[in-house]
Amino acid sequence: MSKDTLLRVEDLVLHFKTQKGSVRAVDGVFFDLAHKEAVVILGESGCGKSSLAKAILRLLPRNIDKYSGKIYLEGDETMAMDDENYRQNVRWVRMSLVPQAAMNSLNPVLKVGDQVAEPMIIHHGVKKEEALIQAAKMFQHVGVPVDFLDRYAFELSGGMRQRVAIAMSLVTAPALVILDEPTSALDVLTQANIFNVLKRLKQELEVSFVLITHDIATSSELADRVAVMYAGQILEVSDAHRFFNEPLHPYSRMLMASVPRLRANTEPEFITGQPPSLLDPPKGCRFADRCPKRFAKCAEEPPVVNVDGIQVKCWLYTS
Amino acid sequence: MTDKQRDVLLSIQDLHVWFELRRFGFGHAGYVKAVDGVTFDLHFGETIAIVGESGCGKSSLMKTILGLNKPTKGKVIFENLDVGALSGEALRQYRAHIGYVQQDPFGALAPFMNVQQILEEPLLINGVKDAAERERRVRKVMEEVKLTPVDDFLHKFPHMLSGGQQQRVVIARAIILEPKLVVADEPVSMLDASVRVEILKLLRGLQEKYHMAVIYITHDLSTVRYFSERVFVMYAGNVVEKAPVNSIVHNPKHPYTAALMDATSDPDANNALTMRELPPGEPPSLVNPPPGCRFHPRCPKRIENLCEVEEPYDLQADDHLVSCWLYK
Ligand SMILES: Nc1ncnc2c1ncn2[C@@H]1O[C@H](COP(=O)(O)OP(=O)(O)OP(=O)(O)O)[C@@H](O)[C@H]1O
Ligand SMILES: Nc1ncnc2c1ncn2[C@@H]1O[C@H](COP(=O)(O)OP(=O)(O)O)[C@@H](O)[C@H]1O
Ligand code: SF4
Ligand code: SF4
Ligand SMILES: [Mg+2]
Ligand SMILES: [Mg+2]
Repeated sequence: MSKDTLLRVEDLVLHFKTQKGSVRAVDGVFFDLAHKEAVVILGESGCGKSSLAKAILRLLPRNIDKYSGKIYLEGDETMAMDDENYRQNVRWVRMSLVPQAAMNSLNPVLKVGDQVAEPMIIHHGVKKEEALIQAAKMFQHVGVPVDFLDRYAFELSGGMRQRVAIAMSLVTAPALVILDEPTSALDVLTQANIFNVLKRLKQELEVSFVLITHDIATSSELADRVAVMYAGQILEVSDAHRFFNEPLHPYSRMLMASVPRLRANTEPEFITGQPPSLLDPPKGCRFADRCPKRFAKCAEEPPVVNVDGIQVKCWLYTS
Repeated sequence: MTDKQRDVLLSIQDLHVWFELRRFGFGHAGYVKAVDGVTFDLHFGETIAIVGESGCGKSSLMKTILGLNKPTKGKVIFENLDVGALSGEALRQYRAHIGYVQQDPFGALAPFMNVQQILEEPLLINGVKDAAERERRVRKVMEEVKLTPVDDFLHKFPHMLSGGQQQRVVIARAIILEPKLVVADEPVSMLDASVRVEILKLLRGLQEKYHMAVIYITHDLSTVRYFSERVFVMYAGNVVEKAPVNSIVHNPKHPYTAALMDATSDPDANNALTMRELPPGEPPSLVNPPPGCRFHPRCPKRIENLCEVEEPYDLQADDHLVSCWLYK
């Protein structure tokens, strides 16, 4: 592992127990991320993105069937830590989360300033006054006027509430923030504003991001690396330049071709069919029934192949 | 066919839709001017997109077209009907001519009805009494929206369907009475990229086949060129630019339209290397919109002593109508 690696995820598994059987929401995920970088986890609804965020941050529901794999944070293997240690020293302190729909989950009866200050009080044990000073600094970083500290969530626009949620994730100065669909519910201009904020934060605070999204076009606003997720698995991990120019995996290529473009005259094409059920995914390649390149081999599970530094889980690239 | 050769289906004339604002204990506290002077014609079989940020009045305009809101001032004329004057049975009959596809497909479908019941409902309401005839039409429309094999889907409830399939049911319900107009309010904003394209293409195919007029409402400019002939851009209750779609994406004239385009990403790794230039601030309150041009507090091209004083009106600039003093 290079010194510069901030986060490495290896063979991460999170299965949920349900009446119908085990839901394989996260099923062997891998990727890594360097300091001051952003990796995008790109995938369709239901492919396991939010579950992956939960698995990385150990924010687990009760109905766990299987939870395994390795997570290294600056070399420390966090999966090996006990819950107490993890809670005190990792979650919020070194890694934090902006949950999906965070801007709609702010506490309606608490001033937003107090909410942003709260993680400081809980996790760094500082006094409220001091935490509020820190919260005010974060407001400046994310572009919320400082006098908004005393406001309530309902008095803020969606864009402002999302900035507050981001400020809350940053107040404890973690090295890594996981953003789960941070702009999906927002308008274009508000989205673009939030991405400007994230770009600035990456430079000013030297923070790294895992950006979870299904929006390919806006994901390129922040991405240094891209990991494509499908039916609980990672199909390709690439650097952003190579990915957005021409990805390798057939699924990635078809995803790219489905993006309507404002500045090009290409007709977007959709992918027929649907992702498989995570209750009983196919034994071989999970994308096989939608893949135009499918051949006999694809009935077996494809290996992850390294193609000039790009990792692709597809039989086409085995030589 | 040019616009002039087509007959007008829907005519919106100086439409104002204001909602009274009441504050507890104070009574009347002003109006939310959600639609504030909108005029346009829609022709038979024509597709238009209405683009603008959340809260600019898109849905209020739509609901007024559907007869769900009454105009405060101005008119909605559908063929020869004055929609604002309709009520009761006449309003119900009018609505049968309009299909409505809303943003949240799950919220649009009654959870206790299966697909067959959902699709039969408009037929029942509109007096199709023969059960065999209803089933025939339900099956036909399911084929049209590709909810196939039909027998697999007829008895499914909404929660058993994916978001894309739910939206197909909503579309099927919207077109089952073969309306002359379909209003689609952010029909794909809750769906994944690939499903979005699939649904938009489905709508386009149906539009062409049945020669329906479509009003497509969205905040996402990147989809409009594949889906509409003309684009209307709305800001703070007004339509600020009207133009053919190709002309608007290649040459936006209103500074707000240009800002929307600048904010729209295409997938490109270089995006991460620069900040986007964006207008400062947020859209104004519709209770007390700024005087003069409503965009002036955010406009990089503002003309001092004019834009903040006088309200611009529609000005012709090439094939665009632009409500902006730059084109005087
Ligand atoms: N606690 C749970 N128990 C059982 N199944 C679960 C649980 N949480 C998630 N799932 C299932 O796991 C799968 C992945 O869900 P997840 O929320 O991770 O998807 P996602 O990629 O984040 O989707 P979206 O883009 O819609 O947010 C889904 O099939 C979901 O229904
Ligand atoms: N029934 C109503 N009563 C009061 N205000 C309303 C009503 N419907 C819409 N509004 C207000 O009108 C404005 C425009 O809303 P809307 O038409 O829904 O915008 P959009 O669809 O463009 O997001 C908003 O400020 C909204 O809160
Ligand atoms: S392994 Fe086979 S089916 Fe899967 S993506 Fe590659 S070619 Fe297609
Ligand atoms: S009228 Fe003036 S303020 Fe309004 S958009 Fe045009 S230049 Fe800008
Ligand atoms: Mg999710
Ligand atoms: Mg709306």
